[in-house]
Amino acid sequence: MRPFAYERASDLAQASRLAAGTGQGQIDAETQFLAGGTTLVDLMKLDVLRPERVVDLGALRAGHDKIEMTSKGLKLGALAKMSSVAAHPAVLAQYPAVAQSLQLAASAQLRNMATLGGNVMQKTRCPYYRDPSWLECNKRVPGSGCAAIGGVNRNHAILGVDASCIAQYPGDFGVVLAALDAQVDLSGTRGIRTIPFVSLHTAPNGQPHIETTLRSGEIITGLLIPAGPWNQRSLYLKIRDRASYEFAISSAAVALHMEGDTVRTVRIGLGGMAYRPWRASEAEALLTGQALTEATAKAAAAAALQGAKTNGMNDYKPELARRTLVRALLQAKGATLPGRES
Amino acid sequence: MPTVTRRTVLTAGAAVAGVALDPLMAREGAGQASAATGSAPITLRVNGKSHQLVLDPRTTVLDALRDHLHLTGSKKGCDQGQCGACTVHINGERVLSCLTLAIAAQGQRIETIEGLAAADGSLHPMQKAFIDQDAFQCGYCTPGQIMSAVACVAEGHCGSDADIQEYMSGNLCRCGAYPKIVAAIKQARGQRENS
Repeated sequence: MRPFAYERASDLAQASRLAAGTGQGQIDAETQFLAGGTTLVDLMKLDVLRPERVVDLGALRAGHDKIEMTSKGLKLGALAKMSSVAAHPAVLAQYPAVAQSLQLAASAQLRNMATLGGNVMQKTRCPYYRDPSWLECNKRVPGSGCAAIGGVNRNHAILGVDASCIAQYPGDFGVVLAALDAQVDLSGTRGIRTIPFVSLHTAPNGQPHIETTLRSGEIITGLLIPAGPWNQRSLYLKIRDRASYEFAISSAAVALHMEGDTVRTVRIGLGGMAYRPWRASEAEALLTGQALTEATAKAAAAAALQGAKTNGMNDYKPELARRTLVRALLQAKGATLPGRES
Repeated sequence: MPTVTRRTVLTAGAAVAGVALDPLMAREGAGQASAATGSAPITLRVNGKSHQLVLDPRTTVLDALRDHLHLTGSKKGCDQGQCGACTVHINGERVLSCLTLAIAAQGQRIETIEGLAAADGSLHPMQKAFIDQDAFQCGYCTPGQIMSAVACVAEGHCGSDADIQEYMSGNLCRCGAYPKIVAAIKQARGQRENS
């Protein structure tokens, strides 16, 4: 690991000031924020991230780790731990997909460390990105090429990719946030603002080293998952190479509001498939107002994967994604809601 | 001739390295020179005892424990948060010491495998259960397994075999002692001492 200067931020404004003007949101930021450290310390050891300064947000935890049920929806502090949110009784009962996505991620130790803000900012697990001995990686070294496109790409993305990068967004929770229209609260040197979660991560756009729309020094302070009758009938289905402690090779976040057999509202996110947290709007449009059957679910899944671009070893992914989504939709339809007969 | 074991050799080596390094680092810390190396005075609270150290900010809790405090019970397996051999408790929760910077862990309660047994040396029920159930072969992952297992019980995640398997998945055992580890946790789960 390269040397760095360590600073402990005593408040948000100071933290933003310390990181101002350093290209925060880009891979080569000279200043990085430290929260749980599970991505940052790992990638600093691997010499992928090389910050000159690390600003520890640990002292801000007490003010930014709340889990609140409000009339507007579920409000989550950015420094809340994954494990706290996953085990929260009201989250489990009213926003099951949120709890499941956190519970099925990583290991118990990592969930005790990682914060929500850090979780949504986690970096891709692309092995060519994580190993600097590979010279070609547009995400790590802008303009150097992509070793994954002609390489071992079994776990690489098929949605939202371009010729510059096929890295996969590895997270689970972010997929649920994308599906449920979450909002992100930000604080920076120019004040506070709120953006839709789906606009936090950028498409590769030929310059995959720019990963987010965060401004220099901006810090994620909180998340809001808007209230809605679909949240209770929601789930996160995760398909993995092993039963536990593994990233998704395919996942689906589904939230349903049914009227009888008819879909009134449906929200769909896909994981393990895309360059960034993926919202499957085409599939939602096809299902809305229709009866939810295996046939309509299959049609929706086909629409969701319409734009898929595979690269050889990940040719299996579109079919896996379609089957994952069909299963998730039918499971959500059949789910028994707490306190009711289904 | 005194009995020489792997542990006494390792501990002696660490102590010698400590003698050689620590005064040097202390001198740097005492002067203004900390900018050159970036070393900083750090206080860590480990197993109920405070330790003053002068450490490079890059030092993880794991390296601080093993190389500076000579507590070699916590093991370095992968050193990148994938194997769980370095599991310790911070403020009562199990975490990975290899991904925790020591400088960021100041003021927090760190508990390691060395702090698990009672003051009179009697083993924690989980340590005893691992021995009773033969829940290890080479033993390298065992301190991490035991720290994780104690937390798993305290969290209430040990009701069924499936629960134990799920909540212990962050601790890899390459000898494959998993069934015995599950048995050990089931033996110890009713007896929450020191946890």
